[in-house]
Amino acid sequence: MKRWLTRGVATRGVLLAALALAVALPLLAQAPGPDYGEFNFLGLDRRGAVWIAAQLHLLFAAFVLGVPMFAVVIEAIGMFGGDEKYDKLAKEFTRLLLVAYSATAIWGAILVFFLSTLYPRFWAYLTAIFAPSMWVYAGLFFLESFTLYLYYYGWDAWKKGAAKKAHWCLGIMLNVWGTIVMFIANGWLTYMMSPPEGLTADTAPQTVQLWSAINNATWMPINIHRLLANVVFGGAIVGAYAAYRFLTSKTDEERAHYDWMGYTGNLIAIGALIVLPFAGYWLGREIYEFSQQMGITMMGGFMSWLWIIQAFLIGILFLAGNYYLWIGMGRIPGAERFQPYIKWMLLVLVLGVIVWATPNTMIADRDEIAAMGGIRHPFLQVLGVMSAKNTAVNLMILTTFLSFLMYRRANKDPVVPWARAGTMLQGAAFALCAVIVVFYGVYGYFVTAIVRIGFSVYQVLAVLATILFVIGIDMAMLRGAKSRGEIRWGRMPDRSQYALLILAVTFTWLMGLMGFARSGIRQHWHVYEVIRDTSEQAFTPALGPAATIISICVLIFFALVGLIFWLGGLAERSVYQEAEAKVKAGQEGRAALGDPMPAPSLGDVD
Amino acid sequence: MKRYLSHPFWQGAIVIVVSYVAFEWVIGYVLPVIGVASAPVPSSVILQYMLTVLVGIVLYMSADEARWKSFKKPIHETMVARDRKTLRGILMVALPVLIGWLAYQNVRPSYAAPATLRSVHPAPPNQLTFRGETIELTGLENPLHEEGSIEEHLAVGKRIYVRNCVPCHGDLLDGQGHYAPAFNPVPADFTSSGNLPQLTESYVFWRIVKGGPGLPREGTPWDSAMPAWETILEQDEIWATILYLYDQTGFTPRTWEEEGEGGHE
Repeated sequence: MKRWLTRGVATRGVLLAALALAVALPLLAQAPGPDYGEFNFLGLDRRGAVWIAAQLHLLFAAFVLGVPMFAVVIEAIGMFGGDEKYDKLAKEFTRLLLVAYSATAIWGAILVFFLSTLYPRFWAYLTAIFAPSMWVYAGLFFLESFTLYLYYYGWDAWKKGAAKKAHWCLGIMLNVWGTIVMFIANGWLTYMMSPPEGLTADTAPQTVQLWSAINNATWMPINIHRLLANVVFGGAIVGAYAAYRFLTSKTDEERAHYDWMGYTGNLIAIGALIVLPFAGYWLGREIYEFSQQMGITMMGGFMSWLWIIQAFLIGILFLAGNYYLWIGMGRIPGAERFQPYIKWMLLVLVLGVIVWATPNTMIADRDEIAAMGGIRHPFLQVLGVMSAKNTAVNLMILTTFLSFLMYRRANKDPVVPWARAGTMLQGAAFALCAVIVVFYGVYGYFVTAIVRIGFSVYQVLAVLATILFVIGIDMAMLRGAKSRGEIRWGRMPDRSQYALLILAVTFTWLMGLMGFARSGIRQHWHVYEVIRDTSEQAFTPALGPAATIISICVLIFFALVGLIFWLGGLAERSVYQEAEAKVKAGQEGRAALGDPMPAPSLGDVD
Repeated sequence: MKRYLSHPFWQGAIVIVVSYVAFEWVIGYVLPVIGVASAPVPSSVILQYMLTVLVGIVLYMSADEARWKSFKKPIHETMVARDRKTLRGILMVALPVLIGWLAYQNVRPSYAAPATLRSVHPAPPNQLTFRGETIELTGLENPLHEEGSIEEHLAVGKRIYVRNCVPCHGDLLDGQGHYAPAFNPVPADFTSSGNLPQLTESYVFWRIVKGGPGLPREGTPWDSAMPAWETILEQDEIWATILYLYDQTGFTPRTWEEEGEGGHE
């Protein structure tokens, strides 16, 4: 019944989206009516309506594109490593996709309806350029949906041998379709930011080459940035799901399972987060190179305060991610030896957040400004520039990696003869990396801006090289390592799970805020310096109203995700409850017979 | 004393007090005494720093089960123990009064202008018009680098600056001219490393040419008193003034990137 219900919701969502596209697209080819009519929906103006629909569509889309990427990797680990628990985990990840997929389609349909009815002329302009890609998009959407159904519902049927490999290939195809779908949609939105050279308001849209419109200056940087961000987001939402299930668990087995799932989700999210800033940096460079005005609006002008908020939110991510690892060390025998280092790592993180979030120009009243002699603080201004911030964030990444390394090694004693030398080499690599990062951070104050920009690349490369080098040594060193005891999965305090929930909420909020920065730097243009927004909402909203809309989106998203979690747990819970009842009955029966055998594990329940 | 120093709760309390003293008093008042340029830190930044420290303390205390229990113990005892009745009563009164006082301080009517959130580097347009002539800003260089004698340009720049800019930006170029105290925002401080070295000469040119009236629509209200100097000065005079500013402060202007490079800051 539950499966039927889930399948029904998903199918209805896809059909609704397809219907929306089928109805909306031909309508849009008709002669446009008046540009903008009256619109007020629950107090929302036309921009607010499109904004919320687009943001929610994007959040669900990021989830359904991110999860298959690591689900297929985890399935491969289970398949090639022969450990069935990974296979079950991959399936559980995929189950969350079904309802989320229909939610993506529904919000996509709402977005199309809003765009086509509230901005008809602009939508007609876009379809005149992108119509062929929209039809390909719709086709791929069908392929993606049915591949997902085959992938999920065929999981148990194709479990062995060649059939299992074919099933895994379905997972890969699911990722391929999803990635192409995202790349196509990215082409539309990046065209609005960075249209090809030479276009003017008078250029007939039919004369714009489709490929040149898609392959614009910011298309590929956005593609890469979103690919990575989807993995981060998917991992975080899966972690939140596991936290929710952990907190509502009734049995130790269930708690152990969802503790492990939460750990895996967090590992995926934080692991991908570490490389995400590099993709973001590339995107920023391309935006700046495309238009100095856009670049300065984003980094130094109107949007610059968003970066301080971003610094805070990413600070929360680093703190919560590390906290989860530290608290998790409480369930690992042997982790006590690393406890004394935690306060020093925390100190680096707290100082890092303080430096990163120190504004270059401060919020101050008139007396404070007079005392400072301006809006920059004479002493703290050294922390307000990129040299200090790049140094702080690189040291925070390095510290997070150190936390992970300690967690990984907590219950292991290496047995290779070079273990001591290996550990010293790892320590030396960390120290050298920190010296390089700090050196370029300090040296950055004594060179021109153009040289200083290059330094951030050296800092990043030093951190990446250290991570690869140290993890390489660690993998070799821990081969055949002696165990100090198994991880006691499930023995985590509840507060650790709230860290996972905070991570998911923070990621979601961050996506909304930085998405506003990316989109808002177009200012009063639909297509930057080509098609002007002439509606009454053409102004760029101030940060306060923007943050309000984004927070509403986050609330709606989590309300819907909560529903999905509940739906996702319904069928499973009944199975767990049945199994629990069987276990109880078995225990009572054995007790009556005086049988000392342990109870069967619920871990096999799926 | 030793008992308190080794207890997690009091350790946390000490870190909070030490951090507050460092942010409020050491940065604001001790550093200037020992010759380091500093000033009192705005309350918004103090709040930001203290929140970060507080979160750090809570995370550290709760990262280990035994430490967390020990940290909570004095709080729990104060809430329920019979022998803490007096302390509990005092806190029950003092805490609401403190919160009420803070709330009052934040909402009471005041004649002071509210704290502002400003961006100091408004986004420039890609092109501007100077008395009807269109000038592309992207890639624009100071033409005086390639023309005439640099000494002569600097002399012109000095004359223009002293006649027109000193009243607001000051004879030390530090934004502390005679009129400065009357303005909010205060005039730009050219000696700050956050201004001239972060900007291309074309950006400074745009700011002088268009002044306050030419600032973008986004990020308003700017409230800038800077005049649009295109109505008073010639282009070469503005370029010469820019040369003078960089020469006097010793800063190097930001340069345009070579083809194929990117970057932002």
